[in-house]
Order: sequence, then structure tokens, then C-alpha cells
Amino acid sequence: MAFHHYILVCGGTGCESSKAGDLFNQIAIALDKENLRDGVQLVKTGCFGFCEKGPIVKILPDEAFYVNVKPEDAAEIVQEHIVKGRPVDRLLYREAESKEHARFDDISFYQKQFRIVLRNCGAINPESTEEYIARDGYLALEKVLTSMTPDDVIAELKKSGLRGRGGAGFPTWRKWEFTKAVQEETKYVVCNADEGDPGAYMDRSVLEGDPHSVLEAMAISGFTCGASKGFIYIRAEYPLAIRRLQIAIEQATAMGLLGDNILGTDFSFSIEIRLGAGAFVCGEETALLASIQGERGMPVPRPPFPAVKGLWQKPTVINNVETWANIPVIITRGGDWFAKVGTEKSRGTKVFALTGKIQNSGLVEVPMGTTLRDIIYNIGGGIPDGKAFKAVQTGGPSGGVITAEYLDTPIDYEHLQELGSIMGSGGMIVMDEDDCMVDVCKFYLGFTVEESCGKCAPCRVGGRKLYNILDRITKGQGKQEDLAKIEDIGHAMQRASLCGLGQTAPNPVLSVMKYFREELEAHITEDKCPAGVCKDLVHYFILPDKCIGCTLCARRCPVNVISGERKQIHEIDQSGCIKCGECYDACKFGAVVRR
Amino acid sequence: MNEVHCKINGVEITVPEGTSIYQAAKEVNVNIPVLCYHPDLPAWAACGICVVKLENSPKMVRACATAVSEGLSVITHDAELHQVRKTVIELILSTHPNSCLTCPRNQNCELQRLAAEFGIREIPYEMNIPSIAKDTSTPSIVLDPEKCIKCGRCVAVCQGMQDVWALEFIGRGDGTRMAPAGDIALNESPCIKCGQCSAHCPVGAIYERDDTAEVIRHLRRTDNVSVVQIAPAVRVAIGEAFGYEPGEISTGKTYAALRRLGFDVVFDTNFAADLTIMEEASEFVQRFAHGKGVLPMITTCCPSWVDYMEKYYPELIPHFSTAKSPQMMMASMVKTYYAERIGKSAEEIFHVSVMPCTSKKYEIVRCPAMSSTGAQDLDYSITTRELARMIKSAGIDFANLPEEEVDPALGIYTGAGTIFGATGGVMEAALRTANHLVVGRNLPKIDFEAVRGMAGVKEAKIEIAGLEVRVAVAHQMGNARHVVDAIREDLAAGREPRWHFIEIMACRGGCIGGGGQPYGATDAIRKKRIAGLYKDDKQAIYRCSHENPQVQELYDEFLGEPLSEKSHQYLHTHYTARPLYTR
Repeated sequence: MAFHHYILVCGGTGCESSKAGDLFNQIAIALDKENLRDGVQLVKTGCFGFCEKGPIVKILPDEAFYVNVKPEDAAEIVQEHIVKGRPVDRLLYREAESKEHARFDDISFYQKQFRIVLRNCGAINPESTEEYIARDGYLALEKVLTSMTPDDVIAELKKSGLRGRGGAGFPTWRKWEFTKAVQEETKYVVCNADEGDPGAYMDRSVLEGDPHSVLEAMAISGFTCGASKGFIYIRAEYPLAIRRLQIAIEQATAMGLLGDNILGTDFSFSIEIRLGAGAFVCGEETALLASIQGERGMPVPRPPFPAVKGLWQKPTVINNVETWANIPVIITRGGDWFAKVGTEKSRGTKVFALTGKIQNSGLVEVPMGTTLRDIIYNIGGGIPDGKAFKAVQTGGPSGGVITAEYLDTPIDYEHLQELGSIMGSGGMIVMDEDDCMVDVCKFYLGFTVEESCGKCAPCRVGGRKLYNILDRITKGQGKQEDLAKIEDIGHAMQRASLCGLGQTAPNPVLSVMKYFREELEAHITEDKCPAGVCKDLVHYFILPDKCIGCTLCARRCPVNVISGERKQIHEIDQSGCIKCGECYDACKFGAVVRR
Repeated sequence: MNEVHCKINGVEITVPEGTSIYQAAKEVNVNIPVLCYHPDLPAWAACGICVVKLENSPKMVRACATAVSEGLSVITHDAELHQVRKTVIELILSTHPNSCLTCPRNQNCELQRLAAEFGIREIPYEMNIPSIAKDTSTPSIVLDPEKCIKCGRCVAVCQGMQDVWALEFIGRGDGTRMAPAGDIALNESPCIKCGQCSAHCPVGAIYERDDTAEVIRHLRRTDNVSVVQIAPAVRVAIGEAFGYEPGEISTGKTYAALRRLGFDVVFDTNFAADLTIMEEASEFVQRFAHGKGVLPMITTCCPSWVDYMEKYYPELIPHFSTAKSPQMMMASMVKTYYAERIGKSAEEIFHVSVMPCTSKKYEIVRCPAMSSTGAQDLDYSITTRELARMIKSAGIDFANLPEEEVDPALGIYTGAGTIFGATGGVMEAALRTANHLVVGRNLPKIDFEAVRGMAGVKEAKIEIAGLEVRVAVAHQMGNARHVVDAIREDLAAGREPRWHFIEIMACRGGCIGGGGQPYGATDAIRKKRIAGLYKDDKQAIYRCSHENPQVQELYDEFLGEPLSEKSHQYLHTHYTARPLYTR
């Protein structure tokens, strides 16, 4: 049966929480009403990545890309687009600059992207194994099982140059080889889906949009390394991803793609899901393994590495979701093909969660070596409201900030490290002139302090001290010697913390010390927050010569501390001001100033 | 074992494969500072003070948890390492109350020592000390979360060494602390009061409940007779508090010190150990030779083991010897037999024991049988550590004390009584007497080497009157589980049990490694203490409990014979199943 139209509705967590589920149902009802079910296939896909514009509806073959669609738009889309063949103009995506409608293929957000990991996200129904298979799914597994040896697989991975996408960038083939080399009856394959960086959700999107790609890759790893059991460790806060994984595992098992004697061979491999309670530290591999074993998630020293002694002391391959999602493509298209993408030391692509002060926030997948400028301005559409770019933070709470002068740096593991940041799992938060860098550091440290497992002293105590110092600085209680203390503590944490969480927790503040020292010192020596964020250091005043007495500020003030009659000069009572900035934003005459 | 060649600060050294950098450095006389590391425990790698550098590597690694490898070149000390370690110590100090003067670990604290060695004169960071109440719920130990530095030793001891699982990490980040799961009180948890946590704590966060003030108060009274007993293991360890080598036998000096502290009468728990053997060996012979009672029979001198069994293995209660521990046998005899001899009532006697053990503080109130004399049989039990403090505070020059004798009536002891303090000692003593009870003469060789030593579980066979007696000995609670699980298996399968008689002690090495002994016990120290006890045994005039003339006198004058009605009234007890958690 041929369909004349395909309606793809985003079913990612972001869109779902903007009523995409309801929208999907409404479209189904509208299609039923028009008796169109035979000719139109309605598909709930994974995330399209363009989360800024969600919920998203894409209609094929017309390449129509509807954005910010509401459930009440469903009938109109069906009526107009499907029945009458007239696209719904008001819902079509328009480029920010040209204001022109853009067909999906021409949208600048997607044009510079190169999708390997996200290849199926937004393209298939993640709850249908057939749709995955139709896009070459399980071809890699079949190829491996029928025509490759474990050594062939490792050789292919080696050629591809794939490095772990969890943050550290360790060559994947070497991990696999270590595990393969250990002579042990029982081995394990583990998928680290404990994504936890604030704002990062690439792993969630892969699992929601293309769960089979991870299952297939884990089975390939099991065959290669000699494991017959895999675990996916995923945080319980990802209910949709968990459900789709469960469905995928059930379907794959029923179809003989997982379980005993896969595809009729003597290779057997099964996968179990283990839920994490949402401790960030459980993304650290030794803590993750402890958690799977039912123990408190606390890191232990390496070596021994999990590849040699991991889960229940057995050799264990552990990779993160994004790494896994690359594997089937490397097998089907070849390591050489993959190696052509990216830079010499960092092959392939990287998915970034682009957020913050950016036009097009969302998930973007670009070849390694793409510049920050390309991502921020060409894909991300630049900074909204004509504000000036200030910095971009990469690598989440473990990373650092990068300033405008480095925007043309090609992004790969090495370059980011040189700049004092890291790739991390791919968080990318853009900041503009209104962001205070001290406040940003405080936010990240607050996160790592909260998420420290409490085991090792440098992280447990050092993180808290750093946070408290920054907190004082943002309140105008900073002292000159605080800067030396930050350096001492930061250094001790980097050198003496047991795991990556503690070792990298001071990175945000240390990189701000490096690139934004003046801003930091302004807080301390001048009691001033140049960005106007730190409330204790900011004061709002009304300039008498500019105030015309329009009363707008007084009406907006939520705490009623602005006094003044109509057409009289207004005044702010500093003792009651909560520094919300409402008056500042409201004044049309530039009479309210912040300093 | 393969050997590994490496360099420590440029000095070449060859060590067995698997040796940690920390150990390897010791071999070349380099001390790497540590805080969370303890030789009894697997390296936990928490504190971050033992970090060292590896040549050609940008990273610092933990010396405690990193094994040397071929060709490794380690730098243990330089300016940067000093700075990092000092900062970490300062950070830890900023979360630790500055109350050394009133701390139970004053002058004996591993953190205090590090602070002194690093010359820390001020803490550059603001102090953040949590305000959490002490846990004083057990009669044995006090848990003070404010002093805790989160080194994790107590948890490793409680879970790993002891298999008790009373303590757990709770909370996270800088709210992490050690407490029973669910933040309940220790007496509501599976805690067996062994005090090994307190013996391993590097600071004053877990320590014995101090009863010395009460004891001193009572000693000032003139309306009572104060009687003290000292346990076997105390005599080979108390000297450590006064600069003696572990294992030095300080029996006579300890008697002398106790008299100078004001005790009217000094008895020796070793005597009661002989008495225990008379009862327990008789009980074993009843079970083994006469089929009265189930086998295997398990010893019950150790109150922590009793508590553990009552909580984890209550179905094995019938296998427990009903004989009280030496401490409690002595106590009931002091307040009955001895009281009668001196014409006093039980209430007129103030009785204190000195034990290597924190659990003995719990044992004195364990069940109604511990008040068999009408009064509480034993008023206070203090640890070796507490006695050492009392001696120091009383201005007693321990080293120059004369060797004094024990008081008559309940004092003379045999070598069998003294070895109670070592793992395997109770078994050896019991077999010496059980054999005599059955065949009427001593074994040709009364040294029973197979049950001695530090192996976690020891098994042996002995022939008594042509019958094979199979025995097992376990020490350190975590090892006991192997033995007990094997018994359970046998019983469940309806098989003849693989052993007839089992000795179990909760602490590593037996009582000489007790939770109330002087700090710093390691296997090397435990072995020296054990050697001291066996030396005491070797030198003894009598080496079998049944040969103790005062024990015989006690039976003749008061108890009648072992397992008599009077014995049962005063020297035996019973056990109750207890829930692991009471909340």
C-alpha cells in the first residue's frame, strides 16, 4: 500500500512536554474524520533536534516543516495541507534572517549539520523495528555475525578512529581490545546512559529516537569481546527513553535480533535495563558499575580498568550512548568512510546540545573540526535580541568558558583542552553580555557540590569551599586573597580528587579566572557586577533629568517601592528593592539605570 | 610471585608484583603520608593525601591504591605534592572541630599528627562543621558525626571485616556521613558493639563510651568493697600505652596499678576463664559423648558474636554453649561466693572489669541472667584504653611499678585461662580439659598448634577416647559467616555436621585485637600480643583449667560440680532471637 503523505510528529521529551502527544492524537482524529488513514501514514518520531521550534511536524514528500504546532492546529493542517494541498503558511518555518519559508532541506539549522548519530532521529518511528531495519538497521550486526571475525571488527573500529563520546575521548577500539584479550568465561557490555550534564540531552534523544542503534551496537560489541550479556544503565528521569528501550528490546528479541542464537548463528546476547536514581557521579564508570551491582555509586581507583575488571570483577566494555550509536554505521559504511569525517585526531561527528543565549537552541550534530563560530552563528542563528556574544561554555560542569577571540577554533578533543575546556558529553551553553561569569561558575559549582558522592576529601570539601567563596564574591563580600584560595583549592581538586567529577569541578571557575579575571575582580574590589546579575551588587536608580513621570515603572514594580506622582520624577526606595529589573526593562526613556 | 622493578625517588627497588606504591616506598624508608588508608583494609583511596607523581605522567595517583608496575618511577615528595597535600589537610581541618584538647583522641589522633607534621598553623578556609548530635544509644560506643572525616574505615570494617552492615555511607556531597542505613540509632541497627570501628577510626569520631568517671566516683566511696578483674588480653597490650612493646606481659604491674587506683581486691578474669572451661568442656562432653544436646556446640565467650548470632542466625541458638563468658562468671562469683567469704552482701560490692572489648559494656546488661546475684553482677566494664587513661591521670609511674600478685580466692589461673585472649585459645583450653574429663588424664601434647595463628578459619581434628573430634575456629566476624553458613548447610541437608565444636571470636586475632585495645593494632602487633599470651601459658605452673586449685576449691566449697544446679543458676545463660532492625 502506498501512502501519498507521511506526517512525522516529533515524539521527543521536549516536544512531548509541549503537548506533541496531544497534537499527534488530534492529527489522528482529523485524519480519521477525513477518512485519510489509508493514504497518509502518521508517525511519531524521535527528536528532530530543533527543539527551539517544537513541537515540530514534518510532512513528506512535500518537505514541509511546521514549527511551534499546537494541538488545535491539527485539523487545519490535515484540512489544508493534506486535503487541499495548500501548506499552512502561518505554521511553516521561516528563516530568522530572510523571513522566507524554508523547505526542510534548506533550513540553515540543518544544512551545516552532518548526521551520523542522529541519522534516524526524527526520521523513523522508534517503536518500530521494521522502520529501523528499513534504514539499514541490523545490517551491521548481520555483517559482523556472518562475515567478520572479532579482530575484523576491532580493525574496522581502529580505522574509523572513533573515540569515546562520554567526555574523555579514549579510543573505542582499544577498550574493546582490552576486554577481548582477557581470557574469561563471563564478560559484560554496558551502555552508559546516565547522562547528567545540565542542559545536555543528546543521549536521551538517541534513545528516544533510535533505540535500536544502541542495541545493535551492544550486540556487535558482545560478539567482538566475547560477552553475552549487556546492561543499559539509564537514569529513571528518562521515562520515555526507558519505555522505548523496553519496546525495542522486546521487539528485537522477538525477531531474533537479540537473545539466543541471533540471526540463526551460535551467538547469543541479551540486554537488561538498570535504572539509576539520578546521581550525576554514576556517570563515572566505576561508580556506574557499583550502582548496577546494587552498591552506593562511588568511584574506585583505576587501574584495574573496567575493561579488565569491571562489573562483578569481570571484563566489561563500557561506552556511552552516542559512542554506541556510531558503531553500526562504521560497520556498514566502513571505518575508512567514517575516518574521512572530522579531523585527524578526532574522527566523525559530535552532537552538541546548543542552549543559552542562542536563536536556535537544540541538538546539533557536526563533523569534528567545525568551528564554534559555525555552530553558534550559522547553525544556532546567533545571539537573540542583538546582544553581544560573551562566551560559550562547553563540557558542562567539567568544562570551561571560551571567549570570542577563540570562536574560530575547530572543535575537537585536543583544541578544547588547549583552551582550558573539554568536549565533555557535548553541552554548549552560549552566554551574552547579560551573563555574569562569576554567577555562571557559582551555578556549575553548586551542581558539582550537590552531586559529589562525598567520598574523597578534595572534591567533597574543596568544592564546597569554592562554592562558598564564589557565593561571597557575588554578594560583595569577596576579598583579594580569595583569588589565591580559589587557585589553591582548584589545584588540589584537580590533582588529588579521585574521579573526573572532582578533578574537573574547578574547571569553570579556573577558566573564568583566566579569561574573565577583570570581571571577577570587579566584584571584589569595586563591589560591582558588570553584567548586572549579582543582585547584591546591583542597584537601580531613576535619573531625574530623564524621568517624565509616566508611572510605568511604578506600575510594573512587583514590590511597590517606586514612588512618584504622574508627571513627577519617580524614585526607587533602595531598602525595599528586590532588583528584579522590571523597571529597567519597562522604562522607555532610559531613565532607569543599573549600576 | 613475579617481581617488579621500580624506582622510588630514583632509588631502585624490587618488590613482589601487586605491591602498592605506599608499601614499596616503605621498603626504601620513605613514608608517604596517609589518612584513610589502614593496613587491615583494602585501599579505599578517599582522602587524597597519599598522592604521588609518576615520571612522564601528568597525573597524580594515590600511593595506597596504585600497584607498582615494571619500570615505574615514582616521585613521592616535591613542592607541588607538599602543597596539594597541605591544601587537602587544611580542607579536611576546615570541616573538623578544633577541639583537640577535649577529644578522646587527643595526642593519639592521626589527623592531629598530620596537621602537626605539616606545620599547619592556621586554617585558611572558613569552618563548616555540621551540627549533628552524638549517637550514644549503645552502652559500648559513641558515634560523633561532627568529628567524622569520612575516611570510610568504619564502614569498611563494619561491612567488610565484620560483615555486620550496621554502618553505611548516608547522604551525599558534603552531607555525606557514616551512620546506620536510614539514619537510625546504632542500637536500632544490626550493630554488635564489637568496637572495631572505634579501633580503626583515625580521629575521635567513634570511640568507647567512657565509664572511668563513674568508676573513679565509686572508688572514692568507703561503704563498699571494690573488686576488679582483668581480662587475659589486657595484660599483653596495656604496656603499649606506656611505651612497652606489644606482647609484653604486664600482669603484675597491672595488678599493682589497680591497687594504687584504689581497688580493694584484684582478681583475674583468667581464673574465670578456667571456670568457663570447666563448664563449657563439661557441656561439650555431655553433648558429644552422651548425646545430651545438639552438635556442633559453639562458644559464647564473645558478646559481639552472641549478638551477631541472635540477630543473623537465631535458629542456631540451641547450638550455643549456655556457659556465660569468663567476665560474667567472675562477676557472679564475686557477688556470691566471694561476698559470702568476706561477709558482705552483693550490694556492698562494687565490681569492675577491665576488658579489651567495647562489647563487654553491653554484655553486663545483655539479659536478666547478667543479674543473677540479685544486683547487676558487674557494675562497670572498662576497656584497656580507659584503664591506661586512669593510670596516667592518677600519676602512676607504670614502668616503675613492682610486680604484684593477684588476690586469693578468684585469682590463680592456668595457662589455659590466659590463652582465652587469642583466637583458638578457648578451643585449645577446652580440648585440654574435655580430653581429661573423658579419659581422666591429660593429652600427651597439650599444645594444640592447629588452632593457633591468624588464618581466618582454622580446622583441626583430635582423638578423644578413640573418637574423632572435629573442630573449627574463626575470628573476625566476616570469617565466622563462612563457618556458620557451612553449619546451616549441613543442618539443612540433614548431614552429620562437619564439625563438633566451634570457637568464634568477633575481633581479628581474638580478644587481643579487641575494639577496646590500645590504638594502632595491625597484624604485626596482633601477632606479638598473641605470642605474649602463649608465652604466659608456657611459663604457667598449671596449663589446664581442671588443674586450677582455686577452681577446684570453688567447686568444693560453693558450686558442687560443673553443670550443677548452682552452676546453672550463676554460670549459665540463655539467648533470644533479636531483630536486625528495631525501627
